[in-house]
Amino acid sequence: MSVTSRRRFAAIALASVAVLASATACGGDDSSSDSGGGKVTLVVDVFGDQGFGYEDLYKQYQTEHPNVTIQERGKGLGLGDYNTRLTQQITAGAGAGDVVALEEGTIVQFFAQADKFVNLADHGANDLKGNFLPWKWEGGVTPDGKVLGLGTDVGGMAVCYRSDLFKAAGLPTDREQVGALWPTWDDFIAQGQKFAAADKKHKFVDSATNFYNIVLMQTAGAGTGYTYFDKSNKLVIGENPAVQTAFQTTTKMIGAGLSNNLRSFSNEWNAGFKNGSFATIGCPAWMTGVIKGQAGDAAAGKWDVAKAPGNGGNWGGSWLAVPKSSKHQKEAAELAKFLTNAKGQTEAFKKVGNLPSSPQALEDPAVLAATNEYFSGAPIGKIFAAGAKELKPVYLGPKNQAVRDAVENALRSIEQGKAADAAWQDAVKNGQAAGK
Amino acid sequence: MSSLKTPAPPGASARRSRPAPRHSPARRRQLNRLDLRFTPYVFVLPFFVLFAIFGVYPIVYTFWIAMTDRSPMNATISFVGLDNFVELFTNDPQFWNAVVNTFGMFALSTIPQLIIALLLANALNRRIRGQMFFRLAIAMPIITSTAVVALIFSMIYAREFGLMNWLLDLVGVGPVDWRANRFASWFAIATMVDWRWVGYNALIYLAAMQSINKDVYEAAALDGASQRRQFWSITIPQLRPTIIFTLIISTIGGLQLFTEPLMFTSGSGALSGGTEGQFQTITMYLLDVMNQRFRWGYAGAVALVLFLLIASVSFLNYLLARRISSDK
Repeated sequence: MSVTSRRRFAAIALASVAVLASATACGGDDSSSDSGGGKVTLVVDVFGDQGFGYEDLYKQYQTEHPNVTIQERGKGLGLGDYNTRLTQQITAGAGAGDVVALEEGTIVQFFAQADKFVNLADHGANDLKGNFLPWKWEGGVTPDGKVLGLGTDVGGMAVCYRSDLFKAAGLPTDREQVGALWPTWDDFIAQGQKFAAADKKHKFVDSATNFYNIVLMQTAGAGTGYTYFDKSNKLVIGENPAVQTAFQTTTKMIGAGLSNNLRSFSNEWNAGFKNGSFATIGCPAWMTGVIKGQAGDAAAGKWDVAKAPGNGGNWGGSWLAVPKSSKHQKEAAELAKFLTNAKGQTEAFKKVGNLPSSPQALEDPAVLAATNEYFSGAPIGKIFAAGAKELKPVYLGPKNQAVRDAVENALRSIEQGKAADAAWQDAVKNGQAAGK
Repeated sequence: MSSLKTPAPPGASARRSRPAPRHSPARRRQLNRLDLRFTPYVFVLPFFVLFAIFGVYPIVYTFWIAMTDRSPMNATISFVGLDNFVELFTNDPQFWNAVVNTFGMFALSTIPQLIIALLLANALNRRIRGQMFFRLAIAMPIITSTAVVALIFSMIYAREFGLMNWLLDLVGVGPVDWRANRFASWFAIATMVDWRWVGYNALIYLAAMQSINKDVYEAAALDGASQRRQFWSITIPQLRPTIIFTLIISTIGGLQLFTEPLMFTSGSGALSGGTEGQFQTITMYLLDVMNQRFRWGYAGAVALVLFLLIASVSFLNYLLARRISSDK
């Protein structure tokens, strides 16, 4: 026994040394960024499979600013992992990039740590207010008026649908006519019932949760202006009528048997695109890339895009912020301003399809005239831009994600056969525990 | 390393061949004594420094953080005493749900796992054809990454197009939604764990069986003891320390069950372990509290309670295993 334990100690010691060695190696990398002589290395942290499509912009910026070298990290990293790491780096006050991307669902969490970020208003950001959609601008400003982040892209909102399945079920296939089918979500459910009566093999929507989140943001935007937390960050999940209305509308949709019960971003959900097991999905601009990637060439021309029910919407989109831990805050702020200006946003749209949050970029012919061959030549720039402009801002609390997970789980339990009333009780109870 | 910078005197062999002394004999004797006294400590110092950084410090820090409301959301850290523990024990059904799940899956996986491993080892301990092949084959699953095992099993237990539901359909049983039903999810996760660890435990048992003196078996055989009797009266008692070892290792692993139930859900929100927490384990809840709810202090309390649970269950195991051979 003593021999094995000694060996284990040795192994632990060795492993620790390796960790130490690699830590010092990282330290070496960092030290290169604060070399003197006016040379500056800026690290940009992004996330997602495609990244943010900034490669050409970096090259242009480096040519215009010969003293600046830009390094990007995080392409291919999922949002969840990225955010956990960033939270630790910001709290520790070390390790984060000079410019970091904050996503819609998580920027609110960093509002609580606004003192760890550079107030971009100190670097002239307030002059840029007109460069962003009003609700997008507000989303990057803390309640006490600090400019935490500058908007990059927005999701916008439309409905992507399978025109071949619509045709087989006797529904119209033209995108104008399809959009006219559903002025409201109740109309959408009614069309779904028609579809379900004609087609027993396919479901009308992919999942309850995607449906619910769109309805919630619209209802909240038209009503209270907030969802689970009110503007003083008090948890109001049980009291906010917007939450209850959205939950009930979704329950009705599940009750009508329209949901395919697929968890977003799961293997089954991916397979659902491939097998064509559902006919519609709530569709922000970036979702077109997901559909194309998952459904593949076999489904080219079968998908199309139409206006979403209700009054526009948004799902996703990010901001760029500069943490106080950056050694080159001024240069980093300049870079963030450059990447988020109208021209930068148009470039990113051309590269990876992220919808601009700048009204000027949304008017840019390159965006307005953009069509997507995969989606039967749909004018995606125009459709998504319309949805994005109509949106009303909705305030999300710092622990929004945790509460949202609890409510989504309750909705999934209805899909698994739980009674709607009991699931609502669960949503409120678990939501309150999660938002504590 | 820091130890190399300390003015450690040269080793014993160097001392023997050292040329004319530069120091007075008294001073040399003193240095010599210091050398004998402290050099061993300098040699073991690196381990203790690393252990202090990576072992002691995190443990002490966990104790401290568990008594605060530390969170990245709070600008200040305030001391809350035992509030976190009080809340955990009195007002947190989700935590206790996770405890029940963890113990349920632990029992459902560990008991069959060790029994099967023992029987397998006993079978492989006999003279059979292809002995070497089988002994190697049972160890193969250990080298597979847990993530891969979880991924494959998730497909086997998929709700639609899953292998298991297809097999059930063949024998005329309706499909099971493996993630919706609590017991079904426990069963699925237990099979994942067992597939990977049965071979490992069997190998340990086998090694221990080989070290049992063959004379004992021969004597027993001469006295007319059957194979079964030999197994119960010789093999099991002789394996006692090994069984205790595997029990404790399985307990630690079982109560820290994480990757399998996490990967059992693909897509978003996997930490909640099913829609109603059907298969959320304590470690998953710990991460949920820490990374989704940002209550780092509370997560510290969860971690400490998990530690206490493992320690007490290991102790119970030890008491149980001690009785195995004393009851004759």
